[in-house]
Amino acid sequence: MSAQPEIAIVGAGIHPFGRHDGIGGLAMGVHAVRDALADAGVTWPEIQFAYGGSEDAGNADTMVADLGPTGLPFVNVKNGCATGGSSLVSTVLALESGAYDVGLVVGFDKHPRGAFRNDPADWSLPAWYGEDGLMVTTQFFGAKLQRYMHDHGIPSRTLAQVAEKAFHNGALTPHAWRRTPLSAEEILAAPMLAHPLTQYMLCSPGEGAAALVVCRREYLARLPEARPVWLRSVAFRTRRPGSFEVFSPSLPLELAPSPSVDAAREAFERAGAGPGDVDVAQVQDTESGAELIHLAECGLCEHGEQAELYATGATGIDGRLPVNTDGGCLANGEPVGASGLRQVCEVVTQLRGEAGARQVPGRPQLGFTHVYGAPGVSACTVLSR
Amino acid sequence: MSSPLEPGDGAPRLEAGRCRDCSAVTFPLRERCPSCGGDLERFLLPERGTLWTWTTQGFEPPSPPYLAEGSGFEPFAVGYVEFDGLLRVEGRLTESDPERLRIGMPMEVVALELGDRVTYAFNPVDE
Repeated sequence: MSAQPEIAIVGAGIHPFGRHDGIGGLAMGVHAVRDALADAGVTWPEIQFAYGGSEDAGNADTMVADLGPTGLPFVNVKNGCATGGSSLVSTVLALESGAYDVGLVVGFDKHPRGAFRNDPADWSLPAWYGEDGLMVTTQFFGAKLQRYMHDHGIPSRTLAQVAEKAFHNGALTPHAWRRTPLSAEEILAAPMLAHPLTQYMLCSPGEGAAALVVCRREYLARLPEARPVWLRSVAFRTRRPGSFEVFSPSLPLELAPSPSVDAAREAFERAGAGPGDVDVAQVQDTESGAELIHLAECGLCEHGEQAELYATGATGIDGRLPVNTDGGCLANGEPVGASGLRQVCEVVTQLRGEAGARQVPGRPQLGFTHVYGAPGVSACTVLSR
Repeated sequence: MSSPLEPGDGAPRLEAGRCRDCSAVTFPLRERCPSCGGDLERFLLPERGTLWTWTTQGFEPPSPPYLAEGSGFEPFAVGYVEFDGLLRVEGRLTESDPERLRIGMPMEVVALELGDRVTYAFNPVDE
């Protein structure tokens, strides 16, 4: 691994994911911030700068009304599924520049129930695309996955095993939304929403918040009680021409690699580590197939190897490559602004050895996170003890 | 443009664009070529292609933007049809039974009535 790491995560906070009637998204964000501050042993007035955002739940910087208007620079980030990743990248760059010693990142969201509603005009698409019924994210998931399974010989049973693992892990996770285990048979027998995906193989838009306190190495001298986790690298990339993304009325014959491939490669290179070094991974599992595809795109397995990995339990908490140990998006839902930071919080918890019933055994040393979203954005991190 | 369907005199076709500079084909037709920024000329895609991938829409899409068809929602299928040597185009399929859809099957462009609109769809062709 690369030379001495310079950036540490010293505080991680989460507001439980799920549905919370009567609690606003910003209030959940404030809850997560207070948890992260307490975890770090840092007070709000000591925070020198902040980045934060949500997709649907308001302006992060207005949290100062509850946290205290200390005058700090607080930047709002609105970058879809990459909101958390973009905020974290910006935070790291601000620390690495030497401008600051300690900062805060927060992501939160609160989406209406049901499928995401999108206006074609917001996506530079003609009105007929929406009127025809093509403006639905689940169609992209199903269509991309159908082709992937055809090309790489993956059976529907593997999709069910991904969801079975997610709900098993969710049942062990206090902050998870869906905490009832389901069998692969129940998952396969559920209503088909976007062939080959059944109801339980797709995550739901939801609510929740996550926050991190991040600092430079030198600042740790002021935090004798801290349990730092090192942020070895962050990488954030967008799509290249010809990558297969949501809301594409057409595709070229030659497809480009997903931005996940670029972001993961860059994250590993910067960290001086490789996919084979990863002891615990969180990858975007908007639906069961996404977890399978992203594992391969990030280099954590070969394309086509997934059926065997899931049949043998290799991605379980006690397996060779534990994946989505807190149940991922399938068990936590997807509050877009919070999701990427939830993954980082989970790896921090695992590397500290504080994950309780879902703790990966054998003192994991290296963790990886991957978030991916519309319209072709991906952010990855590599973390170590 | 209410639909890229070009009914024509014979078989319906889809309206796309072809770049006068780099020859890249673009669907739907836009102002400029997304590859090189050149001028686009109107270009009709072939009548037939093959099914490259597909999925189903098992719940009613959020409306708007979806224009509901009126009397109750019926699940439908969508897919990408590959036009040989050109590109792949997304659209609704006339067949919604997963048992009767297969990657690689031949498809043709047809008109599809949705309420009081007419748009395009892809219809399996008997081999």
